[in-house]
Amino acid sequence: MASRHSSLAPPPAGEEKSRRPTPGEIWAFLEDVPDPEIPAVSVVDLGIVRDVVWEGDDLVVTVTPTYSGCPATAVIAFDIAEALRRRGIDKVRIKSQLSPAWTTDWIGEKAREKLRAYGIAPPAGGARCVGDLKNPAVECPRCGSMATEQVSRFGSTPCKASWRCRDCLEPFDYFKSF
Amino acid sequence: MTTTVDIDAALFDFALRMGDNALILGQRVGAWCGHAPALEEDIALANVALDLIGQTKMWLSLAGDIEGAGRSADDLAFLRDARAFRNALLVEQPNGDFAHTLMRQFLFDAWHWPMLVALKKSADRRVAEIAEKAEKEARYHLERSEDLVIRLGDGTEDSHDRMQRALEALYPFAGELWTPDAIDTDLAARRIAPDLGEIRDRVISYLTARLAEATLRAPADAFVRKGGKQGLHTEELGYILSDMQFLQRAYPGATW
Repeated sequence: MASRHSSLAPPPAGEEKSRRPTPGEIWAFLEDVPDPEIPAVSVVDLGIVRDVVWEGDDLVVTVTPTYSGCPATAVIAFDIAEALRRRGIDKVRIKSQLSPAWTTDWIGEKAREKLRAYGIAPPAGGARCVGDLKNPAVECPRCGSMATEQVSRFGSTPCKASWRCRDCLEPFDYFKSF
Repeated sequence: MTTTVDIDAALFDFALRMGDNALILGQRVGAWCGHAPALEEDIALANVALDLIGQTKMWLSLAGDIEGAGRSADDLAFLRDARAFRNALLVEQPNGDFAHTLMRQFLFDAWHWPMLVALKKSADRRVAEIAEKAEKEARYHLERSEDLVIRLGDGTEDSHDRMQRALEALYPFAGELWTPDAIDTDLAARRIAPDLGEIRDRVISYLTARLAEATLRAPADAFVRKGGKQGLHTEELGYILSDMQFLQRAYPGATW
């Protein structure tokens, strides 16, 4: 009786259960956290996540704001903590870091392709062109034409400007170089 | 046993000045939301206001840290009286017509951007980091306000006259931004903030060139209206604060 009982007892906390995810695995989890304003890309794609490190039992995720007043910043911190909680990581600290300041140069080629497919023209040129190049060459994300023009220097979110295509005549968002 | 708390009073005031400039201008510009003369401008004004409110949070958080009395950025924004505000008089001036709003922004941006560029080299790392973040936004704001000031100044007879009137009304308030007082001099000596005389020279030569392009003339003998940096404000600030602070004053600690 006693021996049968013991065989039914749950196994002692196993390797699999207590092993905590490596930073590499956590980066992969965060790849699945969409940006709240532009869900086609992840917070990793946009370069918002700067570092992932274990400090004792706490996981510290360092993030950087895109624009200082971007209302998505608070939502992003919440979404990251929530996604990690779903993966069983309860003690998450989100650390905000201002420097080096976020730049669209951190948006990789894969993410630029995702933006294009979503209908947003990715940042043209490097971030240094802010001010030096007031009219960047922006390709229409719908028809690929370079005959495009700016409608407004600002758009539906702090990171975008409003543009239109003179060939297919469609208006579109441009993720401004910053 | 007594402990002396050594608060860097000059740095505290400086962080308030930077934060209050951004806060009061952000509050003013935000009032255009839904009322601008064109949809594109409505979006631009709302975005500029948003950047400024974001910058406010960084500066006022720093001020709270320096003070060390446990006041948050929200406490400083919503629970101080007018005499404790350190913004320049320019930013509290009324929105007026679109020309006034735009000219106020242009004069502010013309100072704000070079100021932030210089602050990136601050001996205080916290100041340098905020400046690094805010400078990119300020530069974008300046690009827009410069472009519009030139287009409307050198535009129709009506747009030119309105821009000229706005310049004459607001120019006397701009000088305060680049006129140093004892706090500015102290911080410059400690390399925390730039020499405002150098900033002034850059801003004046920039404004002279751009205003000429806009066919606008700054008043030659403008008396510099100042006092805001020391807490002596125009009547306007009280009305802004009564709007902005009402909720926290009437319902302390309210959140939603």
